[in-house]
Amino acid sequence: MDMTGAFTTELTGAEMVSRCLADEGVEFVFGYPGGAVLPIYDELFKQDKVKHILVRHEQAAVHAADAYARCTHKVGVALVTSGPGVTNAITGIATAYMDSIPVVIITGQVPTHAIGQDAFQEVDTVGITRPCVKHNFLVKDVKDLAVTMKKAFFLAASGRPGPVVVDIPKDVTQAKANYFYPENVAMRSYNPVIKGHSGQIRKALQLLLGAKRPMIYTGGGVILGNAHEELATLVRSLGFPCTNTLMGLGGYPGSDPLFVGMLGMHGTYEANMAMQHCDVLLAIGARFDDRVIGNPKHFYQEERRIVHVDVDPSSISKRVKVDIPIVGDVKDVLQELNRQLAAGSDRPDAEALKAWWAQIELWRGRDCLKFDRKSEIIKPQMVVEKLYQLTRNDDVYITSDVGQHQMWAAQFYKFDKPRRWLNSGGLGTMGVGLPYAMGAQFAHPESTVVCVTGEASIQMCIQELSTAKQYRLPLKIVNLNNRYMGMVRQWQEFFHGNRYSESYMDALPDFVKLAESYGHVGMRIEKPADVEGALKEALARKNDLVFMDFVTDQTENVYPMIPGGKGLSEMILV
Amino acid sequence: MRHIISLLLENEAGALSRVSGLFSARGYNIESLTVAPTEDPSLSRMTIVTAGSDDVLEQITKQLNKLVDVVKVVDLSDGNHIERELMLVKVRASGKDREEMKRMADIFRGRILDVTEKTYTIELTGTGSKLDAFIAALEQGAILETVRTGASGIGRGDRILKV
Repeated sequence: MDMTGAFTTELTGAEMVSRCLADEGVEFVFGYPGGAVLPIYDELFKQDKVKHILVRHEQAAVHAADAYARCTHKVGVALVTSGPGVTNAITGIATAYMDSIPVVIITGQVPTHAIGQDAFQEVDTVGITRPCVKHNFLVKDVKDLAVTMKKAFFLAASGRPGPVVVDIPKDVTQAKANYFYPENVAMRSYNPVIKGHSGQIRKALQLLLGAKRPMIYTGGGVILGNAHEELATLVRSLGFPCTNTLMGLGGYPGSDPLFVGMLGMHGTYEANMAMQHCDVLLAIGARFDDRVIGNPKHFYQEERRIVHVDVDPSSISKRVKVDIPIVGDVKDVLQELNRQLAAGSDRPDAEALKAWWAQIELWRGRDCLKFDRKSEIIKPQMVVEKLYQLTRNDDVYITSDVGQHQMWAAQFYKFDKPRRWLNSGGLGTMGVGLPYAMGAQFAHPESTVVCVTGEASIQMCIQELSTAKQYRLPLKIVNLNNRYMGMVRQWQEFFHGNRYSESYMDALPDFVKLAESYGHVGMRIEKPADVEGALKEALARKNDLVFMDFVTDQTENVYPMIPGGKGLSEMILV
Repeated sequence: MRHIISLLLENEAGALSRVSGLFSARGYNIESLTVAPTEDPSLSRMTIVTAGSDDVLEQITKQLNKLVDVVKVVDLSDGNHIERELMLVKVRASGKDREEMKRMADIFRGRILDVTEKTYTIELTGTGSKLDAFIAALEQGAILETVRTGASGIGRGDRILKV
């Protein structure tokens, strides 16, 4: 590496952090100051290239950075102090890790001479984050700082993305060295496979073209890999049914007739039945997890051939054995599949496909998402459906928390574009909804950002209403308030003899007053007839954060449901 | 089934805990694990003895490869290989047992490294089962202390694990 000439200037570690972020093109850093990161904050104060967003809790900093990454295809950045700053950030880091989201988390550390001495606000950051990061670094020498930052961004965004932690002791931020930010880094131990094996792709295409009951199942990988266009081309040229996982929604247009809905524990009847009964399955950027295919033994009861495309070899044949593994970037592999399909003369078996679609339409006719539209109490599904009708043609981002409201949002909002649906799929982190909405609004200031949440989840990061005020974020919060941890209540009803142990939310705040106390607009909606008007009014308030507290049916359940340990075709239906 | 896995990894602080953490987090077995720097001081060579079905072993290899610090992974059990383990045993060696202990060490081609009036410390190298056999051959009351390194492995002939 050439360290002479115009590239080098002597900088402190703190200056370097600030410069690295600017040189990396980082727009926003979500963070919270503290002792160990004060020199870095001092440098952020002196510059105007990188904008720092002050959250109210470190968990929200990582969630917001994660959301920024989810809806921009860029790397999100968070900055927290040592000790409690790091432990508070862990939930955010683990959330990003489970959903493979590229985030760089810069953490302050006590000075190198104090490491291991149980110093004030000391925690073994590299140790405590190791199981929930793609990789992490402790920078002990200021000379390694810039190249480590570059490695962090490179690792976070390439291959199967994920969070990377850079832990920087305070004395390193104060020491000086020549600054050089490399444009690229190579690591001999890290070479993700990009190009799919063309022979495997040819075999996969032959298998697909010979299918009688084909199915295409895609996950978050299609969205992370920006492969939605290639996917749409493939699905449409084959005319095959397509389903998305919770993480994959928007990967294929939700309102397209070839789309059979989300699959999995709360997937549609038609998606789950087609998944169980297909004879050839093409899985792309998805990982056959327990919430998607349920019990693998039940899945094996039907015979089918499986093609699995994923950038991460360890995702292939982990829970389900596959016949044709293709390791590679999903975009690259799909391009090659499309190319080979267009170049050849073979086409799918039209007769068989017609019969298969007739079967799927029968399943679809089961109308598995039906609910009582005449109810005098607000049905949560109806709120999401109305929200969809009112915003479907807008430039809109939907975030959600975890629980019933999340499933209803996933079922009733039809996402036609990728990166429009932000939620915690893998870790299932309650509390992400509001910070996710913040991250999305910072990334897309002109867009409408709606957080569909519940009264239990929203309280887990409610302090961020203050951040939203400080930065004037006009978020729209749809609180489906049933006074219960709804999904817990549902499981207790189904599997624990109606013993609602600790799932009732007593002593709830008055959310209207709460919103108002933070300087926002609050609304309480109690009647079905008022739902549409309230949503319209809230959406029209372009400059205000509006907190809509919908009083919904306490006994409503999410259907269909595959009970834990059961198979795809063993759904409980309404 | 028992497998012996060799890996090359960056000789950096924390690399070992990434590997051991992976095994504990995913519930894989570790029978033994040895590690030391190679002739290239930037690399460490690790030998892990583990057990599991073919599916589990496939995952272990893939997960190890996924670790950013890991440069190369090979399952030595896939082909011909040599493995050796070192053991130090301190035994009671007084009275009539003293001569018998010497004889046992010779039979197993052990070397006596340290001698006191009442004890011998014997060094023994071999496969794990040879070391087990030596322990079994001794009168259990005579064993004062044992320490084993765990297996190190290398491929036979042209099988070379190198960057």
